[in-house]
Amino acid sequence: MYKDLREHILKLFNSDVRLDGRKFTDYREPFTVETNAVKTAEGSARVRIGKTEVIAGVKVEVMKPYPDTPNEGSIIVGVELLPLSNQNFELGPPSIEAIELARVVDRGIRESKCLDFKKLCIQEGEKVWTLIIDICPINDAGNLFDASALAAIAALKTMKFPKYGNDKIDYKTKTDGMLELKDIPISVTVTKIGDKLIVDADSDEEKAIDARLTVASLSDGTLCALQKGGDYPLTYDDIAKMVDIGVEKAKDIRKLIT
Amino acid sequence: MAYTERLNGRKFDETRKIEAKVGVIPNADGSAYFKIGNTAAYAAVYGPRNLHPRFLQDPSRGILRCNYNMMPFSSSSERVRPGSSRRSKEISLVTEKALLPVLDLNEYPNSVVDVFIELPETEAGSRCAGICAASMALADAGLVMKDLVAAVSVGKVDDKLVVDLDYSEESYEEGHVADIPIAMMPNYEKITLLQMDGLISKNDLKKVLEMGKKACKDIYEIQKNALKEKYADRGKE
Repeated sequence: MYKDLREHILKLFNSDVRLDGRKFTDYREPFTVETNAVKTAEGSARVRIGKTEVIAGVKVEVMKPYPDTPNEGSIIVGVELLPLSNQNFELGPPSIEAIELARVVDRGIRESKCLDFKKLCIQEGEKVWTLIIDICPINDAGNLFDASALAAIAALKTMKFPKYGNDKIDYKTKTDGMLELKDIPISVTVTKIGDKLIVDADSDEEKAIDARLTVASLSDGTLCALQKGGDYPLTYDDIAKMVDIGVEKAKDIRKLIT
Repeated sequence: MAYTERLNGRKFDETRKIEAKVGVIPNADGSAYFKIGNTAAYAAVYGPRNLHPRFLQDPSRGILRCNYNMMPFSSSSERVRPGSSRRSKEISLVTEKALLPVLDLNEYPNSVVDVFIELPETEAGSRCAGICAASMALADAGLVMKDLVAAVSVGKVDDKLVVDLDYSEESYEEGHVADIPIAMMPNYEKITLLQMDGLISKNDLKKVLEMGKKACKDIYEIQKNALKEKYADRGKE
Protein backbone atom coordinates (compact mmCIF):
# COMPACT_ATOMS: atom_id res chain seq x y z
CA MET A 1 0.00 0.00 0.00
CA TYR A 2 2.84 2.35 0.81
CA LYS A 3 5.19 0.84 -1.77
CA ASP A 4 6.34 4.15 -3.23
CA LEU A 5 6.91 5.66 0.19
CA ARG A 6 8.94 2.64 1.23
CA GLU A 7 11.05 2.71 -1.90
CA HIS A 8 11.73 6.38 -1.40
CA ILE A 9 12.73 5.84 2.24
CA LEU A 10 15.06 2.97 1.28
CA LYS A 11 16.67 5.04 -1.48
CA LEU A 12 17.45 7.80 1.01
CA PHE A 13 18.75 5.21 3.52
CA ASN A 14 21.40 4.19 1.00
CA SER A 15 22.83 7.68 1.35
CA ASP A 16 22.57 7.40 5.16
CA VAL A 17 19.74 9.94 5.38
CA ARG A 18 16.16 9.74 6.60
CA LEU A 19 13.12 11.56 5.22
CA ASP A 20 13.50 14.44 7.65
CA GLY A 21 17.30 14.55 7.41
CA ARG A 22 17.97 12.71 10.68
CA LYS A 23 20.68 10.13 11.29
CA PHE A 24 19.54 6.54 11.98
CA THR A 25 19.96 6.75 15.75
CA ASP A 26 18.72 10.30 16.29
CA TYR A 27 15.47 11.13 18.05
CA ARG A 28 13.47 14.05 16.73
CA GLU A 29 13.76 17.47 18.35
CA PRO A 30 12.40 18.98 20.47
CA PHE A 31 12.51 16.02 22.87
CA THR A 32 11.11 17.26 26.18
CA VAL A 33 9.45 16.04 29.36
CA GLU A 34 7.24 18.39 31.36
CA THR A 35 6.16 16.99 34.70
CA ASN A 36 3.05 18.06 36.67
CA ALA A 37 1.38 18.94 33.39
CA VAL A 38 -2.12 18.15 34.71
CA LYS A 39 -3.11 19.57 38.10
CA THR A 40 -6.05 17.21 38.61
CA ALA A 41 -3.88 14.06 38.49
CA GLU A 42 -1.82 12.75 41.39
CA GLY A 43 1.15 12.67 39.02
CA SER A 44 1.48 13.62 35.38
CA ALA A 45 3.83 14.32 32.52
CA ARG A 46 3.71 15.64 28.99
CA VAL A 47 6.27 14.25 26.55
CA ARG A 48 7.05 15.81 23.20
CA ILE A 49 9.17 14.08 20.59
CA GLY A 50 9.17 16.25 17.49
CA LYS A 51 5.50 16.68 16.62
CA THR A 52 4.40 13.70 18.73
CA GLU A 53 2.83 14.75 22.02
CA VAL A 54 1.37 12.57 24.77
CA ILE A 55 0.06 13.21 28.27
CA ALA A 56 0.18 10.60 31.02
CA GLY A 57 -1.69 11.01 34.30
CA VAL A 58 -1.79 8.89 37.44
CA LYS A 59 -4.93 8.59 39.55
CA VAL A 60 -4.94 6.46 42.69
CA GLU A 61 -7.65 4.30 44.18
CA VAL A 62 -7.84 2.08 47.24
CA MET A 63 -8.96 -1.44 46.40
CA LYS A 64 -9.08 -4.93 47.82
CA PRO A 65 -5.88 -6.80 46.88
CA TYR A 66 -5.89 -9.82 44.59
CA PRO A 67 -6.31 -12.99 46.68
CA ASP A 68 -2.93 -14.42 45.56
CA THR A 69 -1.02 -11.25 46.58
CA PRO A 70 -2.83 -10.04 49.73
CA ASN A 71 -0.04 -7.63 50.72
CA GLU A 72 0.63 -6.03 47.33
CA GLY A 73 -0.86 -3.04 45.56
CA SER A 74 -0.88 -2.83 41.80
CA ILE A 75 -0.68 -0.70 38.71
CA ILE A 76 -3.03 -0.48 35.75
CA VAL A 77 -1.96 1.11 32.46
CA GLY A 78 -4.56 2.37 30.00
CA VAL A 79 -4.06 3.98 26.62
CA GLU A 80 -6.75 6.01 24.86
CA LEU A 81 -5.90 6.40 21.18
CA LEU A 82 -7.92 9.59 20.90
CA PRO A 83 -9.37 10.37 17.46
CA LEU A 84 -8.28 13.94 18.19
CA SER A 85 -4.65 12.92 17.77
CA ASN A 86 -4.76 11.02 14.47
CA GLN A 87 -7.29 10.91 11.64
CA ASN A 88 -7.15 7.10 11.59
CA PHE A 89 -8.15 6.61 15.24
CA GLU A 90 -11.80 5.98 15.96
CA LEU A 91 -14.14 6.39 18.90
CA GLY A 92 -15.16 3.32 20.81
CA PRO A 93 -13.61 0.61 22.92
CA PRO A 94 -9.79 0.33 22.89
CA SER A 95 -8.44 -0.97 19.58
CA ILE A 96 -5.91 -3.79 19.50
CA GLU A 97 -3.19 -1.16 18.89
CA ALA A 98 -4.18 0.66 22.08
CA ILE A 99 -4.18 -2.59 24.05
CA GLU A 100 -0.74 -3.65 22.81
CA LEU A 101 0.68 -0.22 23.58
CA ALA A 102 -0.79 -0.22 27.10
CA ARG A 103 0.52 -3.69 27.82
CA VAL A 104 4.02 -2.90 26.56
CA VAL A 105 4.16 0.23 28.74
CA ASP A 106 2.80 -1.78 31.69
CA ARG A 107 5.43 -4.52 31.34
CA GLY A 108 8.27 -2.02 30.94
CA ILE A 109 7.41 -0.66 34.38
CA ARG A 110 6.21 -3.81 36.14
CA GLU A 111 9.03 -6.12 35.09
CA SER A 112 11.73 -3.58 35.90
CA LYS A 113 10.85 -4.19 39.58
CA CYS A 114 11.46 -0.48 40.11
CA LEU A 115 8.26 -0.42 42.16
CA ASP A 116 7.86 -2.36 45.37
CA PHE A 117 4.19 -3.37 45.26
CA LYS A 118 4.39 -4.39 48.94
CA LYS A 119 4.86 -0.73 49.84
CA LEU A 120 1.44 -0.03 48.30
CA CYS A 121 -0.21 -2.19 50.95
CA ILE A 122 -2.36 -0.31 53.49
CA GLN A 123 -3.93 -3.26 55.31
CA GLU A 124 -3.03 -6.82 54.37
CA GLY A 125 -5.81 -8.70 52.60
CA GLU A 126 -8.09 -5.64 52.81
CA LYS A 127 -6.76 -2.42 51.34
CA VAL A 128 -4.02 -1.61 48.88
CA TRP A 129 -3.25 1.35 46.66
CA THR A 130 -3.88 0.88 42.95
CA LEU A 131 -2.10 3.30 40.66
CA ILE A 132 -3.96 3.85 37.41
CA ILE A 133 -1.79 5.35 34.70
CA ASP A 134 -3.73 6.67 31.72
CA ILE A 135 -1.98 7.75 28.56
CA CYS A 136 -3.57 10.07 26.01
CA PRO A 137 -1.85 11.14 22.81
CA ILE A 138 -2.55 14.73 21.76
CA ASN A 139 -0.78 14.41 18.41
CA ASP A 140 0.45 11.11 17.00
CA ALA A 141 3.29 11.81 14.61
CA GLY A 142 4.95 8.45 15.24
CA ASN A 143 6.66 6.50 18.03
CA LEU A 144 3.86 6.54 20.59
CA PHE A 145 5.60 3.58 22.26
CA ASP A 146 8.63 5.48 23.51
CA ALA A 147 6.72 8.69 24.23
CA SER A 148 4.06 6.82 26.24
CA ALA A 149 6.54 4.76 28.27
CA LEU A 150 8.54 7.85 29.13
CA ALA A 151 5.45 9.89 30.06
CA ALA A 152 4.22 7.03 32.28
CA ILE A 153 7.44 6.64 34.26
CA ALA A 154 7.86 10.44 34.58
CA ALA A 155 4.28 10.72 35.90
CA LEU A 156 4.94 7.95 38.46
CA LYS A 157 8.20 9.53 39.53
CA THR A 158 6.53 12.83 40.39
CA MET A 159 3.24 11.55 41.82
CA LYS A 160 2.13 12.45 45.32
CA PHE A 161 -0.31 10.37 47.34
CA PRO A 162 -3.49 12.09 48.52
CA LYS A 163 -4.52 11.94 52.18
CA TYR A 164 -6.26 8.73 53.19
CA GLY A 165 -8.26 8.12 56.35
CA ASN A 166 -11.57 6.65 57.54
CA ASP A 167 -11.83 4.56 54.35
CA LYS A 168 -11.85 7.68 52.20
CA ILE A 169 -9.38 9.30 49.87
CA ASP A 170 -9.20 13.06 50.23
CA TYR A 171 -8.09 13.86 46.69
CA LYS A 172 -7.96 17.58 47.42
CA THR A 173 -5.19 17.15 49.99
CA LYS A 174 -1.93 15.85 48.60
CA THR A 175 0.63 14.54 51.07
CA ASP A 176 4.41 14.59 50.70
CA GLY A 177 4.31 10.82 50.22
CA MET A 178 5.92 9.89 46.93
CA LEU A 179 6.66 6.59 45.27
CA GLU A 180 10.04 5.02 45.81
CA LEU A 181 11.43 4.10 42.41
CA LYS A 182 14.49 1.90 42.59
CA ASP A 183 15.38 2.51 38.98
CA ILE A 184 14.07 4.31 35.92
CA PRO A 185 13.22 1.84 33.14
CA ILE A 186 13.38 3.41 29.68
CA SER A 187 11.86 2.00 26.49
CA VAL A 188 13.47 2.47 23.11
CA THR A 189 11.78 1.17 19.99
CA VAL A 190 14.18 0.19 17.23
CA THR A 191 12.64 -0.17 13.78
CA LYS A 192 13.88 -2.22 10.87
CA ILE A 193 13.21 -0.98 7.34
CA GLY A 194 14.99 -2.89 4.59
CA ASP A 195 18.34 -3.77 6.15
CA LYS A 196 18.62 -0.59 8.21
CA LEU A 197 17.87 -0.11 11.91
CA ILE A 198 16.53 3.23 13.09
CA VAL A 199 15.14 4.72 16.30
CA ASP A 200 12.14 7.01 16.79
CA ALA A 201 10.32 6.19 13.55
CA ASP A 202 7.99 8.99 12.49
CA SER A 203 4.53 8.30 11.05
CA ASP A 204 5.82 7.94 7.47
CA GLU A 205 8.51 5.51 8.52
CA GLU A 206 6.00 3.53 10.59
CA LYS A 207 4.01 2.90 7.40
CA ALA A 208 7.06 1.32 5.77
CA ILE A 209 8.41 -0.90 8.56
CA ASP A 210 9.47 -4.53 8.32
CA ALA A 211 9.70 -5.06 12.07
CA ARG A 212 10.14 -3.20 15.33
CA LEU A 213 11.57 -4.16 18.69
CA THR A 214 10.74 -2.24 21.86
CA VAL A 215 13.60 -2.64 24.35
CA ALA A 216 13.04 -1.60 27.96
CA SER A 217 16.20 -1.43 30.06
CA LEU A 218 17.46 -0.35 33.48
CA SER A 219 20.25 2.12 34.22
CA ASP A 220 22.87 -0.68 34.45
CA GLY A 221 21.86 -1.94 31.00
CA THR A 222 19.85 -4.95 32.20
CA LEU A 223 16.90 -5.65 29.92
CA CYS A 224 13.48 -5.77 31.57
CA ALA A 225 10.96 -6.13 28.74
CA LEU A 226 10.91 -6.74 25.01
CA GLN A 227 8.22 -6.66 22.38
CA LYS A 228 8.64 -7.46 18.71
CA GLY A 229 6.13 -6.07 16.26
CA GLY A 230 5.75 -5.83 12.51
CA ASP A 231 4.99 -8.42 9.85
CA TYR A 232 8.53 -9.57 9.03
CA PRO A 233 11.04 -11.64 11.00
CA LEU A 234 14.27 -10.51 12.63
CA THR A 235 17.63 -12.28 12.42
CA TYR A 236 19.68 -13.11 15.52
CA ASP A 237 22.13 -10.49 14.36
CA ASP A 238 19.34 -7.87 14.03
CA ILE A 239 18.20 -8.57 17.59
CA ALA A 240 21.71 -8.21 19.03
CA LYS A 241 22.15 -4.89 17.27
CA MET A 242 18.69 -3.60 18.19
CA VAL A 243 19.20 -4.42 21.85
CA ASP A 244 22.57 -2.62 21.80
CA ILE A 245 21.00 0.47 20.25
CA GLY A 246 18.07 0.33 22.69
CA VAL A 247 20.24 0.19 25.81
CA GLU A 248 22.60 2.88 24.50
CA LYS A 249 19.83 5.36 23.60
CA ALA A 250 18.05 4.70 26.92
CA LYS A 251 21.02 6.20 28.76
CA ASP A 252 20.53 9.56 27.02
CA ILE A 253 16.76 9.53 27.49
CA ARG A 254 17.01 8.68 31.19
CA LYS A 255 18.83 12.00 31.70
CA LEU A 256 15.65 13.83 30.70
CA ILE A 257 13.89 12.76 33.89
CA THR A 258 16.67 12.37 36.45
CA MET B 1 -24.10 34.67 55.71
CA ALA B 2 -24.32 36.11 52.23
CA TYR B 3 -21.79 35.34 49.52
CA THR B 4 -19.43 38.30 49.68
CA GLU B 5 -16.09 37.42 48.19
CA ARG B 6 -14.87 35.19 45.36
CA LEU B 7 -11.68 33.15 45.39
CA ASN B 8 -8.52 35.09 44.54
CA GLY B 9 -10.38 38.41 44.84
CA ARG B 10 -12.14 37.92 41.50
CA LYS B 11 -14.88 40.46 40.69
CA PHE B 12 -18.40 39.06 40.28
CA ASP B 13 -18.45 39.83 36.56
CA GLU B 14 -14.86 38.74 35.94
CA THR B 15 -13.83 35.46 34.29
CA ARG B 16 -10.96 33.33 35.49
CA LYS B 17 -7.62 33.72 33.68
CA ILE B 18 -7.88 32.68 30.02
CA GLU B 19 -5.24 31.23 27.72
CA ALA B 20 -5.98 30.51 24.04
CA LYS B 21 -3.95 29.08 21.20
CA VAL B 22 -4.65 27.64 17.76
CA GLY B 23 -2.79 25.11 15.64
CA VAL B 24 -1.72 22.99 18.62
CA ILE B 25 -2.39 19.60 16.93
CA PRO B 26 -0.43 19.36 13.66
CA ASN B 27 -2.29 16.22 12.48
CA ALA B 28 -5.68 17.95 12.54
CA ASP B 29 -7.16 20.16 9.82
CA GLY B 30 -7.78 22.73 12.53
CA SER B 31 -7.09 22.74 16.26
CA ALA B 32 -7.13 24.88 19.37
CA TYR B 33 -6.40 24.94 23.09
CA PHE B 34 -8.54 26.98 25.47
CA LYS B 35 -7.85 27.23 29.19
CA ILE B 36 -9.98 29.10 31.70
CA GLY B 37 -8.80 28.90 35.30
CA ASN B 38 -7.94 25.25 35.92
CA THR B 39 -10.18 23.95 33.13
CA ALA B 40 -8.37 23.16 29.89
CA ALA B 41 -9.77 21.96 26.55
CA TYR B 42 -8.21 20.77 23.33
CA ALA B 43 -10.27 20.69 20.14
CA ALA B 44 -9.34 19.08 16.84
CA VAL B 45 -11.27 19.36 13.59
CA TYR B 46 -10.99 16.64 10.94
CA GLY B 47 -12.80 17.28 7.70
CA PRO B 48 -14.84 17.92 5.76
CA ARG B 49 -14.17 14.25 5.03
CA ASN B 50 -16.06 11.22 3.75
CA LEU B 51 -18.77 9.99 6.04
CA HIS B 52 -19.13 6.29 6.76
CA PRO B 53 -21.38 4.38 7.16
CA ARG B 54 -23.12 5.74 4.09
CA PHE B 55 -26.65 5.81 5.49
CA LEU B 56 -25.55 8.69 7.73
CA GLN B 57 -24.72 10.83 4.69
CA ASP B 58 -26.87 13.81 3.77
CA PRO B 59 -26.81 14.49 0.02
CA SER B 60 -27.95 18.10 0.53
CA ARG B 61 -25.27 19.25 2.96
CA GLY B 62 -22.40 18.21 5.20
CA ILE B 63 -23.02 17.27 8.80
CA LEU B 64 -21.27 18.32 12.00
CA ARG B 65 -20.33 15.70 14.56
CA CYS B 66 -18.95 16.69 17.96
CA ASN B 67 -17.50 14.48 20.64
CA TYR B 68 -16.82 15.77 24.15
CA ASN B 69 -14.57 13.62 26.33
CA MET B 70 -12.89 14.00 29.70
CA MET B 71 -9.48 12.36 29.96
CA PRO B 72 -9.40 9.73 32.74
CA PHE B 73 -7.16 11.89 34.98
CA SER B 74 -9.00 15.18 34.35
CA SER B 75 -11.05 15.23 37.52
CA SER B 76 -9.61 16.27 40.87
CA SER B 77 -11.67 13.54 42.55
CA GLU B 78 -11.97 9.93 41.31
CA ARG B 79 -10.64 8.76 37.96
CA VAL B 80 -13.10 9.22 35.11
CA ARG B 81 -13.88 5.91 33.41
CA PRO B 82 -12.86 6.03 29.75
CA GLY B 83 -15.53 5.93 27.08
CA SER B 84 -18.75 7.84 26.69
CA SER B 85 -21.28 8.39 29.43
CA ARG B 86 -24.81 9.81 29.38
CA ARG B 87 -23.32 13.12 30.52
CA SER B 88 -20.65 13.25 27.81
CA LYS B 89 -23.17 12.29 25.14
CA GLU B 90 -25.53 15.08 26.13
CA ILE B 91 -22.70 17.62 26.22
CA SER B 92 -21.57 16.43 22.77
CA LEU B 93 -25.10 17.04 21.50
CA VAL B 94 -25.52 20.54 22.93
CA THR B 95 -22.01 21.44 21.73
CA GLU B 96 -23.01 20.44 18.21
CA LYS B 97 -26.14 22.60 18.43
CA ALA B 98 -24.08 25.49 19.82
CA LEU B 99 -21.67 25.44 16.88
CA LEU B 100 -23.95 24.57 13.96
CA PRO B 101 -25.53 28.04 13.52
CA VAL B 102 -22.21 29.66 12.55
CA LEU B 103 -21.31 27.04 9.93
CA ASP B 104 -22.36 26.76 6.31
CA LEU B 105 -22.07 23.09 5.36
CA ASN B 106 -24.11 23.30 2.14
CA GLU B 107 -20.92 23.11 0.11
CA TYR B 108 -20.03 19.68 1.50
CA PRO B 109 -22.76 17.15 0.63
CA ASN B 110 -22.28 13.60 1.94
CA SER B 111 -19.39 14.75 4.15
CA VAL B 112 -18.77 15.14 7.84
CA VAL B 113 -16.88 17.68 9.89
CA ASP B 114 -15.64 15.91 13.00
CA VAL B 115 -14.86 17.94 16.11
CA PHE B 116 -13.10 16.12 18.93
CA ILE B 117 -12.97 17.91 22.28
CA GLU B 118 -10.67 16.50 24.95
CA LEU B 119 -10.28 17.82 28.47
CA PRO B 120 -6.97 17.09 30.20
CA GLU B 121 -7.91 18.93 33.41
CA THR B 122 -11.24 20.28 34.60
CA GLU B 123 -12.56 22.44 37.40
CA ALA B 124 -16.04 23.71 36.38
CA GLY B 125 -17.04 25.21 33.05
CA SER B 126 -15.72 22.39 30.89
CA ARG B 127 -18.49 22.38 28.24
CA CYS B 128 -18.02 26.12 27.70
CA ALA B 129 -14.25 25.76 27.44
CA GLY B 130 -14.81 22.94 24.93
CA ILE B 131 -17.12 25.10 22.81
CA CYS B 132 -14.65 28.01 22.83
CA ALA B 133 -11.82 25.70 21.72
CA ALA B 134 -14.01 24.01 19.09
CA SER B 135 -15.11 27.24 17.48
CA MET B 136 -11.48 28.39 17.20
CA ALA B 137 -10.49 25.02 15.74
CA LEU B 138 -13.25 25.26 13.11
CA ALA B 139 -11.95 28.70 12.11
CA ASP B 140 -8.38 27.35 12.06
CA ALA B 141 -9.57 24.59 9.71
CA GLY B 142 -10.56 27.31 7.27
CA LEU B 143 -14.28 26.53 7.24
CA VAL B 144 -16.68 29.25 6.14
CA MET B 145 -18.15 30.76 9.29
CA LYS B 146 -20.60 33.56 10.01
CA ASP B 147 -19.10 34.23 13.40
CA LEU B 148 -17.11 32.55 16.16
CA VAL B 149 -18.88 31.09 19.17
CA ALA B 150 -17.88 32.25 22.65
CA ALA B 151 -19.14 30.45 25.73
CA VAL B 152 -19.09 30.99 29.47
CA SER B 153 -21.18 30.01 32.45
CA VAL B 154 -23.13 32.62 34.36
CA GLY B 155 -25.36 32.21 37.36
CA LYS B 156 -26.30 33.10 40.86
CA VAL B 157 -24.49 32.10 44.01
CA ASP B 158 -26.61 32.86 47.06
CA ASP B 159 -27.61 36.51 46.47
CA LYS B 160 -24.88 37.40 43.95
CA LEU B 161 -25.05 37.27 40.16
CA VAL B 162 -21.75 35.91 38.84
CA VAL B 163 -19.86 35.16 35.65
CA ASP B 164 -17.78 31.98 35.15
CA LEU B 165 -18.55 29.89 38.23
CA ASP B 166 -15.64 27.97 39.67
CA TYR B 167 -15.89 24.65 41.53
CA SER B 168 -16.38 26.24 44.96
CA GLU B 169 -19.30 28.24 43.57
CA GLU B 170 -20.92 25.34 41.71
CA SER B 171 -20.87 23.37 44.95
CA TYR B 172 -21.70 26.28 47.30
CA GLU B 173 -23.84 24.90 50.09
CA GLU B 174 -24.84 27.89 52.20
CA GLY B 175 -27.40 29.19 49.71
CA HIS B 176 -29.05 28.61 46.34
CA VAL B 177 -26.89 28.22 43.25
CA ALA B 178 -27.98 28.64 39.63
CA ASP B 179 -25.50 27.49 37.01
CA ILE B 180 -26.24 28.67 33.47
CA PRO B 181 -23.81 27.76 30.71
CA ILE B 182 -24.36 29.91 27.63
CA ALA B 183 -22.78 30.20 24.19
CA MET B 184 -23.15 33.22 21.99
CA MET B 185 -22.45 34.41 18.46
CA PRO B 186 -20.77 37.64 19.56
CA ASN B 187 -21.39 39.66 16.39
CA TYR B 188 -25.07 38.75 16.18
CA GLU B 189 -25.69 38.72 19.94
CA LYS B 190 -27.54 35.46 19.53
CA ILE B 191 -27.53 32.60 22.00
CA THR B 192 -26.68 29.09 20.71
CA LEU B 193 -26.42 27.23 24.01
CA LEU B 194 -28.54 27.76 27.07
CA GLN B 195 -28.88 25.36 29.95
CA MET B 196 -29.59 25.87 33.60
CA ASP B 197 -29.43 24.01 36.87
CA GLY B 198 -30.77 25.70 39.95
CA LEU B 199 -33.17 28.43 41.02
CA ILE B 200 -33.31 31.99 39.71
CA SER B 201 -35.96 34.70 39.18
CA LYS B 202 -36.95 35.91 35.69
CA ASN B 203 -35.46 39.30 36.47
CA ASP B 204 -32.16 37.92 37.63
CA LEU B 205 -31.96 35.67 34.57
CA LYS B 206 -32.28 38.72 32.30
CA LYS B 207 -29.63 40.57 34.27
CA VAL B 208 -27.17 37.71 34.35
CA LEU B 209 -27.56 36.99 30.63
CA GLU B 210 -26.53 40.61 30.04
CA MET B 211 -23.45 40.01 32.18
CA GLY B 212 -22.76 36.91 30.09
CA LYS B 213 -23.00 38.93 26.88
CA LYS B 214 -20.16 41.18 27.99
CA ALA B 215 -18.04 38.23 29.10
CA CYS B 216 -18.60 36.43 25.77
CA LYS B 217 -17.52 39.52 23.87
CA ASP B 218 -14.32 39.66 25.92
CA ILE B 219 -13.70 35.96 25.26
CA TYR B 220 -14.35 36.58 21.54
CA GLU B 221 -11.50 39.11 21.49
CA ILE B 222 -9.17 36.55 23.07
CA GLN B 223 -10.22 33.91 20.51
CA LYS B 224 -9.73 36.33 17.63
CA ASN B 225 -6.29 37.34 18.86
CA ALA B 226 -5.22 33.70 19.16
CA LEU B 227 -6.25 33.11 15.54
CA LYS B 228 -4.45 36.24 14.36
CA GLU B 229 -1.34 35.25 16.28
CA LYS B 230 -0.96 32.02 14.34
CA TYR B 231 -0.96 33.86 11.05
CA ALA B 232 1.31 36.61 12.38
CA ASP B 233 3.85 33.88 13.16
CA ARG B 234 3.39 32.46 9.65
CA GLY B 235 4.54 35.78 8.15
CA LYS B 236 7.81 35.68 10.06
CA GLU B 237 8.81 32.18 9.04
